[in-house]
Amino acid sequence: MEQNLESNIRQLLANQNCAVLATSENGRPYTSLIAFAASDDLRRLLFVTARATRKFSNLRQQPQVSLLLDNRKNCGEDFRDAMAVTVLGVAGEVPDAEQAERMNLFLERHPLLQEFAASPSCALLEVKVQRYILVSRFQNVMELVFES
Amino acid sequence: MKWILSLTEAKTCGSQEVGGKARALADLTAAGFPVPRALCLTVAAYGRFVRQTGLRQRIAMELGRKDPGEMRWEELWDASLRIRNLFLTTPWPPGMERRFRQEVEAYFGAKALVVRSSAPCEDSAAASFAGLHESIVNVRGTSALLDAVRKVWASLWSDRALLYRQELKLNVHGSAMAVLIQELACGEKSGVAFSQSPSKPGTLVIESVWGLNQGLVDGDIEPDHWELQRDDLTALRHRPAQREKLLQPIGGQVAAAPLDKWQMGTAPLNAQEVRQVAKLALHLEDFFGNPQDVEWTWQGKHLWLLQSRPVTARQNAGNDDQRGWYLSLHRSMENLQNLRRRLEQEILPGMEAAAAGLSCIPPESLTDSQLAEEIIRRRGILADWEEVYRTECIPMAHGVRLFGEFYNDTLHPADPFEFVHLLENAGMRAVQRNRRWLELAMAIKTDSEIQTDFFKDAKLTGPLQERLEELAEETGLEKNVLRGMLNRMAQTAGFKPAAREPQNAKHLQKEYLARFPQEDRERAAEYLELGRASYRLRDDDNLSLDRIRRQVAAAEGEARRRLALAATSELQALLNPEKTKAGDGRQSGTHWLSSTMEIRVRQLQGQPAGPGVVTAKARVIREASDLTSFQPGEVLVCDAIDPAMTFIVPLASGIVERRGGMLIHGAIIAREYGLPCVTGIANATDIIQNGERVTVDGYLGLIVIHRD
Repeated sequence: MEQNLESNIRQLLANQNCAVLATSENGRPYTSLIAFAASDDLRRLLFVTARATRKFSNLRQQPQVSLLLDNRKNCGEDFRDAMAVTVLGVAGEVPDAEQAERMNLFLERHPLLQEFAASPSCALLEVKVQRYILVSRFQNVMELVFES
Repeated sequence: MKWILSLTEAKTCGSQEVGGKARALADLTAAGFPVPRALCLTVAAYGRFVRQTGLRQRIAMELGRKDPGEMRWEELWDASLRIRNLFLTTPWPPGMERRFRQEVEAYFGAKALVVRSSAPCEDSAAASFAGLHESIVNVRGTSALLDAVRKVWASLWSDRALLYRQELKLNVHGSAMAVLIQELACGEKSGVAFSQSPSKPGTLVIESVWGLNQGLVDGDIEPDHWELQRDDLTALRHRPAQREKLLQPIGGQVAAAPLDKWQMGTAPLNAQEVRQVAKLALHLEDFFGNPQDVEWTWQGKHLWLLQSRPVTARQNAGNDDQRGWYLSLHRSMENLQNLRRRLEQEILPGMEAAAAGLSCIPPESLTDSQLAEEIIRRRGILADWEEVYRTECIPMAHGVRLFGEFYNDTLHPADPFEFVHLLENAGMRAVQRNRRWLELAMAIKTDSEIQTDFFKDAKLTGPLQERLEELAEETGLEKNVLRGMLNRMAQTAGFKPAAREPQNAKHLQKEYLARFPQEDRERAAEYLELGRASYRLRDDDNLSLDRIRRQVAAAEGEARRRLALAATSELQALLNPEKTKAGDGRQSGTHWLSSTMEIRVRQLQGQPAGPGVVTAKARVIREASDLTSFQPGEVLVCDAIDPAMTFIVPLASGIVERRGGMLIHGAIIAREYGLPCVTGIANATDIIQNGERVTVDGYLGLIVIHRD
């Protein structure tokens, strides 16, 4: 089970295109669906958003975020088979020096978003992951914790 | 699509649709063999039932808590009990029920019936499911029939069927079965025949009993046994049975009754009848083209063929057949009643006598070489009793299971473990012992005079000293260890033992019996009595065996003491090197992958084994010496509760155990004290660390480890 934790998380990150991102606006939770890409060491999740969005302004105020992704198929077997991972981390804009490399990583995963990502009104953001919390078999919960 | 078929219609279907048994009987009916009339509920009928009622998903959830391949048998039994109860309490969808009633009433009228499984892969030449699924004999009335069909469907998920399918690498989750509904051919004598003996080539075997052949198939009634030469049907051998009883239909069930005197002295079959059965078996072998295992019954002058299936490769392979073991997972009332008598009258007194005998020889009085001999002797005695424990004491647990199945089958409770309440306060020795222990603690706490003596570490005298010695003798723990624990209990503010007021067992029992019609009460009481005895004995036997273990430990301890003073080769050779210290090679709940990444267990799903929720500090008990640090109010975390541990249970606020199941020792003792209990947490003692705050959710079977 413990050996599988990391590979299960990797698989979920590799197989799901989108995740739910939770931000907060003065203590009020706010969720959005985003397309993401994960770095190889699992430490970073990348996504692109227009600067005019609510999530972007929320992040500027409060960079602590949470994400959820899962592999449910919307059928009864989900309760047995589906896995969900909750991510805790801190979001921020990717520094200029790393822009090119990170953008490549993101676009490799989402080639259809090339135009969108290239727009001057968009920002490339990364979530520095502090912790993954994986729920499997309905109620088993394991955590992968990164030292800051 | 039609989902109730006559055997004539079933002949045009594959065994994937109607199952192996129905398909074979359809062929036999068409060929003119004397087969009782029957209807078949197809595999699709099962599918429709579990789909329309939502049962399919509930079964998936039940088996999804844990990988079935990782479940211990006890956990599988619990899961299958829950699934069985889901079937029993789920009504037929109205449309299906209406249709079913019409068809069976038109076809059978008011005749007594037999309901049998007919699984798609059943009775192939490679695998035999004989006896793994349920058959229900003598079903009367459509309501009883609706029940019986659900029970047979549920038997697809019995512990033994699950284990067997796993062994054959069959897909557990995708299983389905057809069901056969036959007229009951109520024969005066019945039996089985092997057209080709699995063990002796050229020989044909017949076994027969008076009455119905269910008793023979279940192994409860010993049959007369014949061997014949296959080519000319010459009788080679007849081994008469000790004929005592028969199974016969009574009311809506099948029950044992004593044989008439003349039947005891007469073989069920005469020579001519033996030949007739033999001819039928050979005829069937010709028809199918391979050796057949045939069930038949004789009604007046008429020989009925009940079923015929290939003699399987597994039967031929003899000892390789694990099915025998799986079948032994179900034991009859009679078998268990005999076992109970043996446990109460021979085995437990035998263990006690063995321990008492050993305690008469103080190891200190022996010379080194005598001591070496004594250690070997004690170990031998212990090994013998441990074998008895494995083969006879452990199977007694089936008494609880048999009662549980009976309770659920007849009363259909919403909670499949409701029956456990009736077992509580069964008068277990461990609980009686604990009561004396707690009384002592309370006496110290409340009586200031005793207290002064006790806390001053003064040498105890009088009754206090006697009680302490008595407890030391009973638990096998040293007096100063016990005294230390008593001290702590007495000094814990607000300490109150968890022992519940004895419930009114009589009242519960009366309520239970009142739920049965008068004529069934005696049987209901018999099942309850067996369940209670089984529950109690499964605890008591641990204490008795432990007494012998302690005698071995005493001798070994003496040897160790002498070795510490001077090396003696004869003693040295007997004692294994000390076990590696705790902590070596164990994985822990916090597992470092690299210096900057860490895996933590937050919440785990086990089995709910005692209702209630508690959050408290964990105390991990790996060996007896860990017991002394146990603080009142902690959660006891262990691999399995052993007899020496039971006496701290009343101090605990919850229990977490690696071994899984509702009916294991830890779960039983937890419920006696009304403690939240979760079992089946793999690596519990490694994942949870001393002092960590844990939540034990005994309703859902969850543990949560709080780390930040």
